[in-house]
Amino acid sequence: MSKTIRIDGKEIPFEEGQTIMEAASAADVYIPHLCHHPDYTPHGSCKLCSVQVNGRNCTACTFPALEGQDIISQSQELQEDRQRITQMLFVEGNHFCPGCEKTGNCQLQAVGYYLNMLDNHFPHFYARREMDASHPDILIDHNRCIFCNLCVRASREKDGKNVFAISGRGINKRLVVNSSSGQLKDSDIDVNDSAVHICPTGAILIKRQGFRVPIGQRIYDHHQIDEVALEQESESHGR
Amino acid sequence: MADKIRVATTSLAGCFGCHMSLLDIDERMLQLVDLVEFDRSPITDIEHCTNCDIGLIEGGVCNSENVHVLREFRKNCKILVAVGACAINGGLPAIRNYMALEDCLKEAYIDGIGIENAQIPSDPELPLLLDQVHPIHEVVKVDYFLPGCPPSADVFWTFFTDLLEGRQPKLPYELVHYD
Ligand code: SF4
Ligand code: SF4
Ligand code: FES
Repeated sequence: MSKTIRIDGKEIPFEEGQTIMEAASAADVYIPHLCHHPDYTPHGSCKLCSVQVNGRNCTACTFPALEGQDIISQSQELQEDRQRITQMLFVEGNHFCPGCEKTGNCQLQAVGYYLNMLDNHFPHFYARREMDASHPDILIDHNRCIFCNLCVRASREKDGKNVFAISGRGINKRLVVNSSSGQLKDSDIDVNDSAVHICPTGAILIKRQGFRVPIGQRIYDHHQIDEVALEQESESHGR
Repeated sequence: MADKIRVATTSLAGCFGCHMSLLDIDERMLQLVDLVEFDRSPITDIEHCTNCDIGLIEGGVCNSENVHVLREFRKNCKILVAVGACAINGGLPAIRNYMALEDCLKEAYIDGIGIENAQIPSDPELPLLLDQVHPIHEVVKVDYFLPGCPPSADVFWTFFTDLLEGRQPKLPYELVHYD
């Protein structure tokens, strides 16, 4: 007989070795997340997937599913915590959605919509960060990086290249590029690399693509992130 | 019928797009004016706002006059609403926050292409620029936020009808947009 956990009162089967996120997603239960992607080793940095497991807060993307767990995910308190976390991500970066190519296709923005986040609550950092437009096909706008580490993991685990790393701490934390000059043009990145396509925000963009799909006709203009995530990710989770 | 709801509106560091979007409620405006009376607003051209129920603020805070107007609205309005991306996070005007104010002024008035008789305006009548553009919640307490660049007419409509019918305003998913 398969083992089960319970999420918001619903019995969910899991296999040995699955995380709570993996079990939930395979059972079509959405837990908000930004730094998690089913293809890569969990990172547990954004804390958006925080759930209560037997009364204790844990990140669903890193915590193993274990028989008998009673998990709360959709409580008002947790949704409010997630909203505060998302607000922090917005004020720490420089997220001017109306001027961002990624708008409508951006997971950070879509999580904000999902959480009914209407404002950023905190004072803005307006950190001064640079752009790296040196590469002919790829652009990095450091203003929008949320340090989810997905490009770092994708480059290492899928592309076998190690193009990216995160360096520094706090407001000085930044995404660095592994090349002699520190610029993208001198790295061995290629526009077809997974790392270029994984960014959940508008930090890594492919040039000359931005407005192919008009604003208003983009993914999250018409679909909520929970349906999109479950459709795209539960297949890998249920493997 | 009870007295009409008094509404004041203003644009600080914004482009008036949010006001245009308010006008986009089109023929529903006729329903609205039965319920609402406009105090200070570009529609009435009244200079100072007096006691109001709702104050709608478009735009962020970029100069000393913006601070002054914003405080006047806070003092006079029971409910203060941040309307649009600029009021909520500074919006596109806040992109100047990455640069020194002096460099912005030089670019606009001295080094820019095609400028004749280059000089930085210094008339004492002009409000002093702040060195950064700020969202309004960093200056006064804000009661409600309508995101969007601009918020759609339906956002305004939902907000007004909820409030007038005594409900806590709530935007459904389709109406929450940051762009
Ligand atoms: S990355 Fe996303 S949240 Fe940030 S500015 Fe772009 S669309 Fe907005
Ligand atoms: S560039 Fe994008 S994928 Fe890489 S860490 Fe930043 S937000 Fe994540
Ligand atoms: S998704 Fe779990 S911590 Fe980011």
